[in-house]
Amino acid sequence: MKSIFDIITKQPIWIFVLICIIFFSFSSPFFFDLSNFTNILIQASTIGVIAIGMTFVMINGNIDLSVGATVALAASLAVGLQPQLGITGAVFVGLLSGVLIGGLNGIIAWKTGVDAFIVTLGAMIGVRGLVFIYTGEQSFYAHDLAYSDFGASSLFSVPVLALIFIFLIILSHLVLKYTIHGRNVFAVGGNRIAAKEAGIRVGPHMLVNFILIGFLAALSGVLLSTQMGASTPNLGRNYELWTITAVVLGGTRLTGGYGSIIGTFGGVLAIAILRNGMNLLQVPSFFVLIILGSILIIVLFIDKRFSEQQGHGVRA
Amino acid sequence: MSTQAEMTESTELSSEQKPLLRLKNVSKCFPGVKALSGVSLDVRAGEVHALLGENGAGKSTLMKILAGIYQPDEGEVILEEKLVHMSSPLEARDHGVLLIHQELSLVPDMTVAENVFLGNIPRFANMFVNNRHLNKRCEEILTRLNCKFKPTERLGNLSIANQQMVEIARALVFQPKVVVFDEPTASLTDYEKVVLFDVIRELREGGTGIVYISHRMDEIFELSDRISVLRDGTYQGSFDTPKTDIDEVTQRMIGRDLDSDIAHQPPELGVMALQVNGLGIEGLYSDISFDVYAGEVVGFYGLVGAGRTEVMETIFGLRKPDAGSVKVHGEELAINSPTDAIDQGLGLVPESRKEQGLVLGMSCKDNTTLANIIEFTKFGWVDTVAEKKVFEEYKEKLRIKCPGWEYSTLNLSGGNQQKVVIGKWLSTSPKILILDEPTRGIDVGSKSEIHHLIRELAKTGLAVIVVSSEMPEVLTVSDRIVAMYDGKITKCFDRSEVTEDTLIKAITGQSV
Repeated sequence: MKSIFDIITKQPIWIFVLICIIFFSFSSPFFFDLSNFTNILIQASTIGVIAIGMTFVMINGNIDLSVGATVALAASLAVGLQPQLGITGAVFVGLLSGVLIGGLNGIIAWKTGVDAFIVTLGAMIGVRGLVFIYTGEQSFYAHDLAYSDFGASSLFSVPVLALIFIFLIILSHLVLKYTIHGRNVFAVGGNRIAAKEAGIRVGPHMLVNFILIGFLAALSGVLLSTQMGASTPNLGRNYELWTITAVVLGGTRLTGGYGSIIGTFGGVLAIAILRNGMNLLQVPSFFVLIILGSILIIVLFIDKRFSEQQGHGVRA
Repeated sequence: MSTQAEMTESTELSSEQKPLLRLKNVSKCFPGVKALSGVSLDVRAGEVHALLGENGAGKSTLMKILAGIYQPDEGEVILEEKLVHMSSPLEARDHGVLLIHQELSLVPDMTVAENVFLGNIPRFANMFVNNRHLNKRCEEILTRLNCKFKPTERLGNLSIANQQMVEIARALVFQPKVVVFDEPTASLTDYEKVVLFDVIRELREGGTGIVYISHRMDEIFELSDRISVLRDGTYQGSFDTPKTDIDEVTQRMIGRDLDSDIAHQPPELGVMALQVNGLGIEGLYSDISFDVYAGEVVGFYGLVGAGRTEVMETIFGLRKPDAGSVKVHGEELAINSPTDAIDQGLGLVPESRKEQGLVLGMSCKDNTTLANIIEFTKFGWVDTVAEKKVFEEYKEKLRIKCPGWEYSTLNLSGGNQQKVVIGKWLSTSPKILILDEPTRGIDVGSKSEIHHLIRELAKTGLAVIVVSSEMPEVLTVSDRIVAMYDGKITKCFDRSEVTEDTLIKAITGQSV
């Protein structure tokens, strides 16, 4: 029984996910259906893959606002360079761009000591500009159909995109929980001074996390473009906000030091299920935004109450 | 110089033992303060070396130099006959010098074991956390420390005392040569203290050099082999513990007779400024009644946690009382917020000036006008000329040492920071001023200046309340003393009738 109580207090978002599933199952005949569930997973994967990286970055006490722009850049490169480099080469360059942006963010934040919020805000604006220059404000289309076929393909009748997402969730959960890097990410975010004095090299851990989120944002952009068989320069707008929303819904603290991949997974699913379910109920999409915004605040309020009861909230 | 002579004397006495760690003529300056000047000290293997001094004497600075947190401006650190340069706590740790912090530097959301091995986690395959090994090794250390909690416990759930034990466990991981304890018993119960002393003695038997910083005399005499005294950043000599006594080291530590600096005169009482009747908050304090007249200083004395601060916060509108009333100048008033309190002519100089009293990043001038900025506005614009004038006025009156009005309060010494806070309240022209621990963490010189200031303020007709945990302070500044114990007033004394003995009894709940 203790473990159930533990889950409720540590992962309140999963309770919410359950409630949503039950609610939509009763109110829409199309919801409780395997193909709809894989659908939800595919919809969730775009934000979800970035949210994995954001969880690392936020537990570490930082934030990355440049992910949306990175999505657009990686997608544009991965589609736009296909005529010259072929699919593999173009995708590689797309992913590499994410790694470089993340690395640059990390290096600047580490070496200058400027707040990650500011550094990545600058990157968000600058990278978006880069996308417009590279694309000439044009959308690109993948002429090789193999590219969009990948986005629609399945393995053992499960969509590949959903499989990739689930695989990354499991892998990153293990890394966060069982590696030295994962442990130190918590230490740095929980008490940066203490970590530093204990000999943990704060900078390199930050850098690794920024590279990770850069790579994952680029991957998300590439996967998204395989779904559409195209890229647009406006791709990924507001993704940083949705990602942060999902991560925070999952119980990760904005101030760092606390959070989990399982929680983030719950947060991502909560958003995807709400959107999917309300779409099935034909709720106009603007109302969906209002509801999502309200839910974000309500869930965090409950979370705060819980943690105060646990004595978590009462520290400076 | 006399300090030099004493130093050589004490080293000669011990020529049979080679020092493990030695500081030579160490000096350290901070903006506006000379924290240490020409301090020399040696620590031998297998001894407990107590470092004694008042707040602001330079103990903390010295200890931070030992631990590599600060680097000395001048002087040398010699470890095992070799000159070492410790530019970070890590380097100090690698040299085997470990500091046990007074302020805990732990990560509350991680487990005990993770905290003990922070930065040093046992691994396998070089990449993964070896959880079994981590918890087993932690368990071994905890057993040695006689700790009852589990390595897997979340640190934030432990009591402060147990967190302190975790901090000590962390140091033991490194099998240190020198361990510096900074006020380790400040938050421990008597039983935990006995356990800690056993641990310290065990370390000493093992040949570790221990630097023990405290201002609790009984502990120092119980535990230490030698005592070194600091005063105002200068070295005042070392003593073999069995050959000295409390009087000798106290005299070195204080350097003068405490009570002599203010000759006490009965005040000229004005009108009754504040009358508190039956004030109480469930679970914090109850039935608090007292009054304060214009022109007098009332001292509130008691142990930490006796409820003094809470009473003052209630009067100032920061807490809502369950019972009782507060009358200001005979009128019963509902004070629901600090704004109301300020309107009624109250001012509160809070307990922790850095967290509550000052906006550290702001300039001295801006801090001075913080509480009544509205009086310095014209049509919504701040009149900086008037602001500067007021700041200069208080700078002179309170003898605030700072290079200029635009100077950030962050870089001022504790005493000058406190004066800025006091200036802030004086600029609101209060009738009643409450000072909560006004000289905590302030050096001796500024301390007596602030005491004089408090007396002068009362003479100008202000009603003053001083909350303090330091008996000499209460005895120095107060006309009357209110003793509190466990949320209740146990006795009110006139300055003339009080003795140290009765005061101690009153604040520890023994019948007077």
